[in-house]
Amino acid sequence: MSDLDELYQSVILDHNKSPRNFRKLADPSAHAEGRNPLCGDVYDVWVRLDGDVIQDVSFEGQGCAISKASASMMTQAIKGKTIAEARALFDRFHEVVTGTATGALPGKLEVFRGVRAFPIRVKCATLSWHAMKAALENA
Amino acid sequence: MTPLAAPSPRESRTGRSGPVWDVARVRADFPILQREIRGHPLVYLDSAATAQKPRQVIEAVSRYYETGNANVHRGVHALSQEATTEYERVRHLAARFFNAAEPSEIIYTAGTTASLNLVAQSYGGSVLQPGDEILISEMEHHSNIIPWHLVAERTGAVIRSIPVMESGGLDLAELEQRLGARTRIVAVTHASNVMGAINPINAIAAMAHEVGAVVVVDGAQSAPHLRVDLQAIDCDFFACSGHKLYGPTGIGLLYGKRALLDAMPPWQGGGGMIREVQIDRSSYAAPPERFEAGTPPIAEVVGLGAALDYVSGWDWEALVAYEQGLAAEATNALTGIPGLRIMGEGADRVSVLSFTLDGVHPHDAGTVLDTLGIAVRAGHHCAQPLMRRFGVTATLRASFGAYSTEAEVATLVEGLRQVRKVFG
Repeated sequence: MSDLDELYQSVILDHNKSPRNFRKLADPSAHAEGRNPLCGDVYDVWVRLDGDVIQDVSFEGQGCAISKASASMMTQAIKGKTIAEARALFDRFHEVVTGTATGALPGKLEVFRGVRAFPIRVKCATLSWHAMKAALENA
Repeated sequence: MTPLAAPSPRESRTGRSGPVWDVARVRADFPILQREIRGHPLVYLDSAATAQKPRQVIEAVSRYYETGNANVHRGVHALSQEATTEYERVRHLAARFFNAAEPSEIIYTAGTTASLNLVAQSYGGSVLQPGDEILISEMEHHSNIIPWHLVAERTGAVIRSIPVMESGGLDLAELEQRLGARTRIVAVTHASNVMGAINPINAIAAMAHEVGAVVVVDGAQSAPHLRVDLQAIDCDFFACSGHKLYGPTGIGLLYGKRALLDAMPPWQGGGGMIREVQIDRSSYAAPPERFEAGTPPIAEVVGLGAALDYVSGWDWEALVAYEQGLAAEATNALTGIPGLRIMGEGADRVSVLSFTLDGVHPHDAGTVLDTLGIAVRAGHHCAQPLMRRFGVTATLRASFGAYSTEAEVATLVEGLRQVRKVFG
């Protein structure tokens, strides 16, 4: 697969066109904004906690296909996880997209491995994840 | 340096008669154009960010370090005298190239941004009173916005905007309304780094001078594309960068009218800008030395000199016609792509243009183009107020230089069709 095909696989294009959990959250436990001043991508991330379990998570905002698809898949991946599990997943995701880890990511998140061939796009992929991490810290 | 135009007028490929720009010969001078990117020939359409360098400039910098390196400021030994002579020769050359009234009106800085900070802090800081007004156009690069914010905070001056019209030009009627007795400074770009739109500095200066205001011009994008004549445009300050004019990074110029410079306090203090120094007080040199503290970027000045020598040998009429031809061809071709919108479509422009593609974020389009070897810039281009005015957060920008070709325009268009294929 070419670098480009690996980056823009159909699942990423799908999540960009039809992002999951793309809405505001009623009664959130926490919220954070992720903004990339270099390009103008900006996302709001909301989480609702039940104890230390992430009961619901959603996002809104605008940005490139990589950032939007990543946010969409992020919300799917962490729903139902504990705060500790979500944090561990953040670290793992970051390692994989920056090319500093070779182990696999769960499920569909594997498609973001292609980002490592385009280092300048790493910030796009991790933007909403940073916001999610900040939201969990605020909660 | 032999001029690159044909000796007699000929039909160019665009059907206009006049001197022809021999782009193949120019390209042969630029080593980096041989590079391949991800298996494709480099198609460099980001000259507005920085221009590529001809061999002549690269070799001049190396030669300086190999045979001529010494500190300036009129040292007694031969190497220092050589370096000082060259340092001042380039100042004279720049003054002639831009038609300043005298070489002392040319100050060396680290670049356009440093130049604009110097004017804002030294000139602005010394004349602005609370309630005085600074007019800034909505299309300015952040480097001709932020320095004014910083000095306004310090002095109590007030910022007002000059609106941009849908066509991409400045609303001069509105500018005239906003100019008044309290206006001290008008900050305006000669050519937009986003849209390429050219502003009529001469007309703006006339209006500003009538109310006693000065005009500070960001010339970063005009210096490489228009043969700037400082007497003709009659601005009070003009800033530009060496690296956008086919010279090295780390060097720029600030032009200021002598009378204004004479009245300005120093910006940075240190060696080289003094008259006399006691332990508790000092007096300062006349311009330009007053504004050149410390060891300057000597190698970069040498490189700038080589760049000015190189471009001085060009037939600028041929160059301007050629670049205008490329811009027109690109505009026509891009307009034919469905869902593509050019920002400021109606403007007279230098060979820089920005556009958006419906449903595709510029970052994603830029990455696709990158895989085809095409270098364009995606983002807000340090012009957030302009982005906001046109209701976008980012655009793609293609910019053409003296070495750009019609074939590269075609490659860009083909690349954009690829983008459409990927994103639907």
